[in-house]
This record gives sequence, C-alpha cells and structure tokens, in this order.
Amino acid sequence: MTPYASYNDFKEQLLASFRDNEERMNGERKAPLHQIRRAALRQFDQLGFPTIRHEEWKYSNVSGLMKQAFELDGTTTLTPGDLAPLEIPNLDGTILYFVNGRYHPELSRIASPASQLQITSFASALKSEPDLIDRHFAQYANYQENSFTALNTALASDGVVVRVPDNTTVEQPIILRFITDSRTKNIASQPRNLIVVGRNSELMLAESYRTLGEGASFVNVVTEIVLDHDARMQYYKVQDETEKAYHIGTTQVNQKDNSHFYSATVTLNGSFVRNNLNIRLDGQYTEAFMYGLYMPNGRQHVDNHTLVDHAMPNSYSNELYKGILDDNSTGVFNGKIFVRPDAQKTNAYQSCKNVVLSPGATMNTKPQLEIYADDVKCSHGTTTGQLNDEALFYMRSRGIPKDEARTLLLYAFSQDVLSQIKIQPIREYLERVVTAKLGK
Amino acid sequence: MLSISNLHASIGNKEILRGLDLEVNAGEIHAIMGPNGAGKSTLASVLAGREDYEVTDGSVRYDGKDLLDMAIEERAAEGIFLAFQYPVEIPGVSTTNFLKTALNEIRKYRGQEPLDAVQFLKLMKEKMKLVNIDQSLLSRSLNEGFSGGEKKRNEIFQMAMLEPKLAILDETDSGLDIDALRIVADGVNQLRSPDRATIVVTHYQRLLDYIVPDFVHVLYKGRIVKSGPKELALELEEKGYDWIKAEAN
Repeated sequence: MTPYASYNDFKEQLLASFRDNEERMNGERKAPLHQIRRAALRQFDQLGFPTIRHEEWKYSNVSGLMKQAFELDGTTTLTPGDLAPLEIPNLDGTILYFVNGRYHPELSRIASPASQLQITSFASALKSEPDLIDRHFAQYANYQENSFTALNTALASDGVVVRVPDNTTVEQPIILRFITDSRTKNIASQPRNLIVVGRNSELMLAESYRTLGEGASFVNVVTEIVLDHDARMQYYKVQDETEKAYHIGTTQVNQKDNSHFYSATVTLNGSFVRNNLNIRLDGQYTEAFMYGLYMPNGRQHVDNHTLVDHAMPNSYSNELYKGILDDNSTGVFNGKIFVRPDAQKTNAYQSCKNVVLSPGATMNTKPQLEIYADDVKCSHGTTTGQLNDEALFYMRSRGIPKDEARTLLLYAFSQDVLSQIKIQPIREYLERVVTAKLGK
Repeated sequence: MLSISNLHASIGNKEILRGLDLEVNAGEIHAIMGPNGAGKSTLASVLAGREDYEVTDGSVRYDGKDLLDMAIEERAAEGIFLAFQYPVEIPGVSTTNFLKTALNEIRKYRGQEPLDAVQFLKLMKEKMKLVNIDQSLLSRSLNEGFSGGEKKRNEIFQMAMLEPKLAILDETDSGLDIDALRIVADGVNQLRSPDRATIVVTHYQRLLDYIVPDFVHVLYKGRIVKSGPKELALELEEKGYDWIKAEAN
C-alpha cells in the first residue's frame, strides 16, 4: 500500500466511507441515531485530526498516523491457533473476541446466565435494541470537541453492549479482547462499547488490546459506561500492541448517587497511545479511583489524559498514575479535576509519579485543577526522577546484582498500580509481562 | 582476612583517606574510632564498594583477592557485609522478599542451590530470635516508616541471615537507646566465631562496653594514628581526642 500523499487523504477516506454506508441504508437515514452520526461526522470534518497547536494535543503528535494507508473494513478469520500466543493463562469468565473491530461469536464465550448479564454485539444492538441505543449512545462521550470521538461516533459499526440488571452481582468477569490482525494489511478499526450497570449491581470488566502481525494498526475506541445508583464497577484497560500500533481510546463514565468506579489503565507497548479517561460524578456520595501504569521504551509515546468532573456534592476521587520511561520514549500525563459550584464537600486527590531510566526519555506532566466550589479538599502532585542510587547501592551491598536490584525496585514501583487489579489471572499475567519488560 | 595498605580515597576532589593501613584476622573484632570527619564512614563505604568514592592509591586484599576489583554485589557474595549508618527505605519491597532475593543470589554466586520457601522461613524464624525482631516488621516495606532502632535492628537481622565473614558496622550505635543498643550488641556477639571478623566503626566508647573489641584504632585525618588494646577506648572516652591530634600533628 502506498503512503498517503497528504494529511487530508486519510480524512477523505474516512469521510467517503461514511457516505458509502449512508448510501446503502434503507430507511435508517432519518432515525435519531443516524442524525447523531451525521452531526458527529460534520464535527470530525470541521475539527480534522488534531495538531500539536491544539492545547489538548500539545505533546502528542498524531501526524505519524497519516504516514501509511489503512484498510477500514478488514474482515479476517482467525483460528484458535492464531490466538494461542495471545492467550492469558487461567482466564475464566466471559471472554469476547473482536477482530479488526468485529465481534466474533465463534471465538467467544459467555459465562454468566442471561438473568445476570445481557450481552449483545453493538452491530446487533443497533437493530435489536434501538431504544437502549437512543437513550445512551453518544450521550456521554463528547464528540463536539474531540475529533477522534467524533470519528468513532460517526463510523463505529461494532463492539459490545453490556447490560447488568438491577440488584445483580455478575460473578464472572468480562474480558473484551480486541485483536488487530495486521498480518497482511494495515488495519484501522473503530470499536464502540456501551456498558450499563443497573442499580445496586456489580461488574468487573477488562479491555485488552493486542496485535497480530507486522502491519500498522489504528484502533480508535470509545467506551461509554453508565453506573446507576449504588452500582460498583471494576474496569481495567490493558494495551500490549506492536511498535506500529496507534491506539486512541476514550472511556467515558457517568456515575449516579453512591456508585463506585475503580479503574486501572495499563499501557505496555504501542507506537502511539492516547488514553482519555473521563469520569463525570453526576451523583452524590460517588467514588472514583483511577490507577494507571505506563512503561514505554524505544520510541514509544504514551499519553494519559484524565478528567474527573465533580458535578454533585459529597463525592470522592483518587488518582494515581505511574510511569517508567526508557530509551527515547515520551510520556504525557494530563490530569484535570473539575469541581462545579454545586459540588461542595468534594474530596479529590491526584498523583503522578515517574521514573525516567534514560537521558533520551521525556515525561510531560500537567495537573489541572478547576475549582468553583468553596468547601472542597483537593490535592495534586507529580514527581519525575531517576532510580534511587542509594537504594541500588543498598541492595547491591546485600548481594543482589545491579540488574536484579533495578528490576526489583521498578517492579515494586509498579505494584502500587498492579495490586489494584482484582481479576487475578489478569494481574498475574501483567506481573509476568511487566517483569519481563523490566528485565530487558 | 583483610589487609589494607596505604589506602588513599577521595570524593570529588577531596582526599579523605590518606595512606591507611589495617590488618584484620579471622576471629577478631576491631574498633575504629576517631573524631568527626576523620574518615571512619569513608573507610566503611570504600570497603563496601560505594561508587562515589575513588580509590587513588594503595591496595585492599580480602581473603587473598583484590577487593577493589570486585563489584559491590560480588563483595557481598564473598562475605562482606556493611551495616549502614543510615539504612535506606525501599518502598514496595518487603524485608522478607528482599532477603530471600539477596540470600539466593549469594548462594547462586557460591554455586549453592537456592533455599525454597520452607527452608527460608525456617532460617528466618531462627534468626529473628537472635535480634528479637517482630514478624510484622519483616513483611512491611523494607525500612519504610521504621523507627531508628527498628532500622538498626533490621540491619543486624540481615547480617544474621547473610552470615558474613567480614561484618562492618558503620556507627550502628548512633540514635539507639540503651535497650536497643544491648539487643544489637547481643546479635553481633552471638555471631562471633573464629572464622569471622568484625569492624566496628563508632564515635563513642559506649557500644564497646557491649561489643568488646580485640583492637582499638584511632583514625585521624585519613590515617590510623594509634592502635591499642580495648583499654584505649576507655582512655579516649576519658581524655577525648585532643591528645591524639596533638601527637599526630
């Protein structure tokens, strides 16, 4: 495939793909859903891909994305044998596979009874559950200002819709596995997920992103999560893609009264990764915990943007992101805490800690606090430094070789985040991969 | 066991050790005393291999080998142990996990099989009694939030676990009350054996009431200016260092 001649070619390809879909429609063109999609497409067309002149993209240059051509609808077939090297050992529960953005039921299994958990592919839900889609789709994730969210909103054709009824504890975790098969082509996909957890219900869900093959991949995912009153959710996002992977993801959470959201975002590998985690605390007595770990090396770039929007009183948010940066990698942390005038008695805490292992690596951190209420407790802090020489000397003086000591210190550094992950096989898998990556 | 000859060492451009000689044989306890800034801690650091110090002249032989040629971890594996004046806090690594890693790395170096969890625990229980240290302390992050006394006791516990041939205690008595001092000294005394040697670096004579040295050396301006039997420590306690300085100058 030939690279794009100019910045606009990829955009044109995406716009054209929308028009092609539209032409094939039969009576759906007037539906509310399609009106939203058209509006989103217009936004994408107007906004275009962001440049580093955009404040939210100052340190994250997406122009590399335009340097190769992508196939937008790369259907492919994978056998269990193809997936074997990507397997997470001992994983139990509902495991759903999405290949190049398409749901593959033949590779997937659903472990919980329908009384506990209703799972539909996004493609089917568009047809079978228009009411649910109309009520929630694009109601939370902002496509007015974020062009990637606009693009996804316009073009998303598959992903998953998960619903947990009221008063239900889903015992088995859900693992969404997004596999890009770039063995023969460069693949772009736009998965879209909607997770609705009912009153007083509980869910554990993980998103995992992997790539097969040597081609380039571009995943532009949007997950909208709705937590009703007293709902509790554990949410993990794990990326381990290739050196030619572009990943841009937005997770948009909306929390009602007394709901609790615990998240961990772990970025292991990828060429360019941007994670947006936006939480709107739209109820009283809500709690949100955000943990993050990123460990880029080579020329990898990882950008975590988080936003906690305290809209109502008496809520609590706590955030800890940690980074280990090696070689010529770059990292970005931008954490915004927004406390609206009504959100009295807010407690919001934020911390970002980084270890830079090489003189070529760079970390950019930017905490942003916007507080419009007067009775709040907020704190933030960022540190970026090198591995503690005194600690290394101490460990070596006890007989631990330098490399081992370094690995042990960094592993301990990562544990603050990894120990938060409650799906044991995923935590164990991450601990192994992190140790292996640190030992390199 | 240890033979230091004409040792010169500096940090930055500042020479701290200026021709130090010392012979330590197996079974002996040597006390190194001296006024502030004499180079006591520098000697301990150079022996352990701290990279901030540059050795500019002289030699250190340990068990017939060139100590200055060995990496920090190699020295530890060869049986040298430094009890730190200021033990380092290591968040996220428990004392137990730390020691298990250290012990098994040392065993690997010596061509021994690693200890499994059961063997390690048994050894740990045995050594815990020696320094009267609590299990709960050992499962916490190494030295993090420990009191001064707990940190020093933890150093001696590590020493008991690693069973060094040559232990160097760098101002282990600083910041200890009399009870903690006694516990630390008991730990050291129980490790006394004809195969092992100890160098006790201290500013005060107090510790030497509990760890009785065979030799006392006075370090001043980077050299050992006076050596004597244990009574020398008492004399220093009584008369201070001025007469030594006068003699040396």
